Amino acid sequence: MSYKIYEINEDLLDVMPQEIRDLQFRATWGNPKRGVMDLPYSKELIEEHSLCAGCPESMALRYILASLPSPEDTIIVNSTGCTSLVFPHIALHTVHSLFGNQNAVASGIKRVLEWRFPDKVKDVVVLAGDGATVDIGLDCTLQSFFRQEKITTICFDNEVYANTGGQESGLTVKGHVFKMAPKGKQWDKVPFWQIAIDSGCHYVARLTVSSPKRVETVIKKAIYVAREVGPTYVHLYTPCILEIGLNSDDGLDEMRQRDKERFAFFEYVSDAAKEVIERKKEEGLL
Amino acid sequence: MATLGPSGFSPYPVAVYEGVLNPPPGKALMFNEIVDEELAMREAARAMLTRANPTIFPGPQVLYAWNEEAREKAKLVKRIAQVLGAKIIPMYDYRPKYPKIDPAVEINPNHPNLTIWHNRIKACIFVGVHCHYANVALKIIRAETDCFTIAMCGMAGHEDAMITLRDQHVEEMERFIKVAEEVKKELGK
Repeated sequence: MSYKIYEINEDLLDVMPQEIRDLQFRATWGNPKRGVMDLPYSKELIEEHSLCAGCPESMALRYILASLPSPEDTIIVNSTGCTSLVFPHIALHTVHSLFGNQNAVASGIKRVLEWRFPDKVKDVVVLAGDGATVDIGLDCTLQSFFRQEKITTICFDNEVYANTGGQESGLTVKGHVFKMAPKGKQWDKVPFWQIAIDSGCHYVARLTVSSPKRVETVIKKAIYVAREVGPTYVHLYTPCILEIGLNSDDGLDEMRQRDKERFAFFEYVSDAAKEVIERKKEEGLL
Repeated sequence: MATLGPSGFSPYPVAVYEGVLNPPPGKALMFNEIVDEELAMREAARAMLTRANPTIFPGPQVLYAWNEEAREKAKLVKRIAQVLGAKIIPMYDYRPKYPKIDPAVEINPNHPNLTIWHNRIKACIFVGVHCHYANVALKIIRAETDCFTIAMCGMAGHEDAMITLRDQHVEEMERFIKVAEEVKKELGK
């Protein structure tokens, strides 16, 4: 895609709102070294969002969008859930698939892009919640790993179906009680990061979004590895503060606590992925 | 408004179900009549010159410099605005903006009536808006406002606009400017 698609015609520059002019002059297009450190100084690709005040998922989205190495050549595939309320507002190409189909849709998009633009690198990134990734979309998610599709899958794990009122998901922790799961969950949380490794992912990470810089590094590694080697998977804890009864300003503390237990940072890198990551480090891109 | 058949699903009146179809190449559509392009251009210019708060809504195809024709068209849009004494309010993209748009400076295809109500626009030109969103926006404007809509389309036109000029490229837009200047003279403006 040409950068000119963001270039406003000079003759009509004066009628464009400031936020759109900023997308041309202050956003970080065409800079693979872009990252979360640019956030205070540059135009973000997300203008406003419709998530709850203090929602950790909104933090995750800001960090991820700031970390994409090549946003102008990135397609985001998302699924039904809180995240799908945000994607219509971001300044990137997004595709909203049917609930659970996101990895199948992303596979098709990636293959078509490779055929249509053989001399360009196009990143396809799936962003979906735990219900879409691990419950309803489990088949599509795993099959894309088995097929070694060169896509990055990011799961926003809030451990519950949040925007439908609080039903338990496969990623809910055993014993957790929600409004529509009053008896508490009776089974263990699905260790999906391990399933992703066993299913053929070349880079897998589990973390919270309490550390922006760490999120940036993980996202970049996952995308670079997916470009060259095969599927990658990032499991992010983004608690639903409403469903677990916290205040708007409690999200960060909640994640910091979980950093020390079930979301302690975990990373798996295959041999093929190691080579890519080392090379990118040498190139100064990581 | 049609109430039977598939159009019944649309919350807005749909011109095509009232028998109004796009004009053939070389012609234009004025309300429900196929007319010569020259006549439609004159009436479009007259509407813009005589109705209150005339406004041009340029879409992404002319707002962004994605090819040479887009650059040329942007210059011509500016020129048309000068000749018609019209304001320019951009439809810079199609995202359903949250929490609300600023109707004084922007128009969104998902609720274009807000901008038209806010600015009391009684005549407007759509130019460079991708057809699918022009179709949506023009239907809403037709149903919800008393604004005279003119579609300056690079393709087959939009039957939901009051005047549809089709296949409008640089040459046709230059011709529209000449027609508008003539009409302006005739009106003594």
